[in-house]
Amino acid sequence: MSTIQRDPENRVQVLDEDGNLVGERPDIDDETLLDIYRDMKLARHFDERAVSLQRQGRMGTYPPLSGQEGAQIGSAHALAEDDWMVPSYREHGAAVVRGLPLKQTLLYWMGYEAGNEVPEDANILPVAVPIASQIPHAAGLAWSWKLQSIDDDAAADAAAGDTDTAGICYFGDGATSEGDFHEGLNFAGVYDVPMVFFCNNNQWAISVPREKQTASETLAQKADAYGFEGVQVDGMDPLAVYKVTQDALEKARNPGEDQLRPTMIEAVQYRFGAHTTADDPTVYRDEDEVERWKAKDPIPRLEAFLRSEGLLDDETVDEIEETIEQRVSDAIDEAEAEPRPEPEEMFEHAYADLPPALREQRDEFVETVNRHGKDAFLEEE
Amino acid sequence: MSETQNLTLVQAVRDGLATEMELDDDVVALGQDIGKNGGVFRATQGLQSEFGESRVVDTPLAESGIIGSAVGLATGGMKPVPEIQFSGFMYPGFDQIVSHMSRYRTRSRSRFSLPMVLRAPYGGGIRAPEHHSESKEAFYAHEAGLKVVVPSTPYDTKGLLISAIRDPDPVVFLEPKLIYRAFREDVPEGDYEVPLGEAAVRREGSDVSVFTYGAMTRPTLEAAESLAEEGIDAEVVDLRTVSPMDRESIVESFEKTGRAVVVHEAPKSGGLAGEITALLQEEALLYQEAPVQRVTGFDVPVPLYAMEDYYLPNAARVEDGIREAVEF
Repeated sequence: MSTIQRDPENRVQVLDEDGNLVGERPDIDDETLLDIYRDMKLARHFDERAVSLQRQGRMGTYPPLSGQEGAQIGSAHALAEDDWMVPSYREHGAAVVRGLPLKQTLLYWMGYEAGNEVPEDANILPVAVPIASQIPHAAGLAWSWKLQSIDDDAAADAAAGDTDTAGICYFGDGATSEGDFHEGLNFAGVYDVPMVFFCNNNQWAISVPREKQTASETLAQKADAYGFEGVQVDGMDPLAVYKVTQDALEKARNPGEDQLRPTMIEAVQYRFGAHTTADDPTVYRDEDEVERWKAKDPIPRLEAFLRSEGLLDDETVDEIEETIEQRVSDAIDEAEAEPRPEPEEMFEHAYADLPPALREQRDEFVETVNRHGKDAFLEEE
Repeated sequence: MSETQNLTLVQAVRDGLATEMELDDDVVALGQDIGKNGGVFRATQGLQSEFGESRVVDTPLAESGIIGSAVGLATGGMKPVPEIQFSGFMYPGFDQIVSHMSRYRTRSRSRFSLPMVLRAPYGGGIRAPEHHSESKEAFYAHEAGLKVVVPSTPYDTKGLLISAIRDPDPVVFLEPKLIYRAFREDVPEGDYEVPLGEAAVRREGSDVSVFTYGAMTRPTLEAAESLAEEGIDAEVVDLRTVSPMDRESIVESFEKTGRAVVVHEAPKSGGLAGEITALLQEEALLYQEAPVQRVTGFDVPVPLYAMEDYYLPNAARVEDGIREAVEF
């Protein structure tokens, strides 16, 4: 039986908190296991450096991800090369797996529009800040693959569309309270699109706890309302997340009879730090709670398992850490070396062809900046 | 010379959509009741049987879902044409319009543009219930990244709609439902474009320029004809696209006449008449012979239909506005 077809309250787990195998080992090769470990370590280290950069005034507000590496990295590794990812604003780890350079993530949070540049071969939509608003996009994107797979026969039935491409859409627990969550999942069910909806339930929507967000027993059970399956997984168990996501993607591509393509995964996890660097979580949650969850940290958990499998030893761990530190440090150097954008760049991407009045605004402004000199405009840092 | 059909404005919407759907497989129409029912105003009548259920899609009742999934369809390479049943119901989807539809190109540094056209019947005058008569084009014209079209004739409607669907950027296409069936016009069969961003001079005149668009073009022309009998020669300029506005044509007409009246059914404060007034102030102050007159709806919610006729500008009010400008 697929891991997906189970009681939503029966959470999928592969590794226990000490890294012992307690569930069915996913179909995963050693190289991928090590990649998941490496990428989780990378995400954690990147996150620590990013928070520190913000504290030093070298970066703007930043939403930390520590604690959520298992969910992000485990799920992103389950995607096939041509699959798509629709992120919220916290998926820095998953985005790296999908091919977004670390430099881009840094630039975005440093306030550079250039951070939005995604390499052409990275199948990832831009960051979406308004909560849940990316969920209807994910439904529409996956719907477009179905429509494009229909041949020229205009009478072809909408349901006939078959596609090898699938996608994953990330959002948090707070997003499940928004209308767009409902509208997006409802569309996904009605049009039976190959999209996996992945809820990073990190327990807190800024200061509001999960139990004050909804009276539902689980978030996964909300999928019932849309006619497709919901599954709860231990989000701090990267292997369980990998397995559940892999099964959901497989179903999105090749649903069984009487099965709809979409799945909603609720990955139960915890954000160790603040909602963003502008937030102080000590105001609303106990240190005890944080410590309890830190005991479930996905990184030592996978590390213990990999050591027991003979895939990791001290030496390899050191090597990995060294490489990661270098990679993050290089990305920070590159981001900080980025030249400040020229004033006309503000106008560059508003329209395909700049309307005449806007061209005028641009030209006048550039002329003004040149007349006064840039220093008259730029605040000292 | 291509064949023509004698069409109403709403039939021209249908014809424009059908023409472009025939030419471009990526065009899909989606919205509430647009399929089997052909839309509550029949703007999509018969399109579903012509193009199939996968290209003319009856969606769940969900404005944000319709607009948001159209954003996703467009990122996936389609050219969606979502319909919102009445423009007064666009607000549940407003976040998708202003947070995503308008700025996806900017946010993605042009990797994704959204070639989508958001259509909605708009404006008052059809004795409809509450929230069915709104005229809020200024919301969308205020939003960078969008183009906003309000046609006033069947010929323009078809040509503008085809241009809008072919435009690489998102367009809000507001259809004045008061004149959906008010008159007919010969419309060419097959495809042709009326360019976005260009105004049309509907009546040439030398004494005063009257700027208007959509359903208000008709009472404005009526007023101009009636004043012509008194010897007042008004030029009527139909903006057709309210964003980006054809500033050049507006200024050019004003420089010829030195007097201006702006007519729209939207509320006066923060409306596009204020924008046009400011434009004339900036670009043609020394041509100005009189204060610009604004003949508009009022800063109140559009009333239910017993009072609706008092709310909408009519030929009498337009005449007063023109006289005011000319007699100053």
